[in-house]
Amino acid sequence: MIGLEHYLTVAAMLFVLSIAGIIINRRNLIILLMCIELMLLAVNFNFIAFSRYLGDETGQVFVFFILTVAAAEAAIGLAILVVLFRNRRSIAVQELNTLKG
Amino acid sequence: MFHTILFYSFAFVMFGAAIGVVFSRNPVHSVMFLVLTFFQAAVLWLLAEAEFLAIVLVLVYVGAVMVLFLFVVMMLEVNIEAAKRGLTRFAPLGIGIALLMVIQLIQLIWLRSQGFAGTDGFAATPEGYSNTKALGAVLYTEHVYAFEIAAVILLLAIVAAITLTMRKRPGIKTQDIAKQVAVRAKDRVRIVKMESEERQ
Repeated sequence: MIGLEHYLTVAAMLFVLSIAGIIINRRNLIILLMCIELMLLAVNFNFIAFSRYLGDETGQVFVFFILTVAAAEAAIGLAILVVLFRNRRSIAVQELNTLKG
Repeated sequence: MFHTILFYSFAFVMFGAAIGVVFSRNPVHSVMFLVLTFFQAAVLWLLAEAEFLAIVLVLVYVGAVMVLFLFVVMMLEVNIEAAKRGLTRFAPLGIGIALLMVIQLIQLIWLRSQGFAGTDGFAATPEGYSNTKALGAVLYTEHVYAFEIAAVILLLAIVAAITLTMRKRPGIKTQDIAKQVAVRAKDRVRIVKMESEERQ
């Protein structure tokens, strides 16, 4: 029977994969944003699994708020990305070294 | 048994799509794989009987956020970038750390769940239980303050995104209302006083 530990395992694998994605794709800012979205999804998996396990809806309310904040974060992040591309004609992370001194 | 097969097949597709997000060379393919990942995750949440959040994930994430991603990816024409992507020199280190972490996490989860009672499946919901109704009953009473803060955060996101991307282009003819209202007759009309000339 599928229970808590199955969901936790899936969430752990997804989370670790997105961490690996951030380390591997250090060139493209869009992929980094997508990896952060994947991480939030993995966290939401944990919340839902524990909410069902404990029979308490509060976990699902938290998932609701995480979805809200993630949507706001994606909108602002993409807006920053558009402005960045307009100014630099590139979104490669290596070229964003203006503050390096 | 059917439930188990469904869970494993959807989890498998989800993990494959997540690998596609990380490793595909074209950012547009990455976004598409991310859409697939979110969709599979929504089905897994349905299997866990979190119906409201599953539908919200499809509507809000796949319908709005992913379309926004797709807009930006296609607008930025990063295909030049895609050609020279590929693994960085940190890739082996990253994959090694990830493998180590996933092994430890899974070990921890399965070892800790050995002695637990009731790990064989979630408890069945009572007859006539509505996930949406229960969620709404908690959301609008206990967590109403957090709900209002979430509304303010969304407003903030709207304002921030618009102010960031709005720009004044030089050379575009637009109205300046304040200037129009503040104008006086003497700015526009020059009255020249001169003697009338004699009839010839």
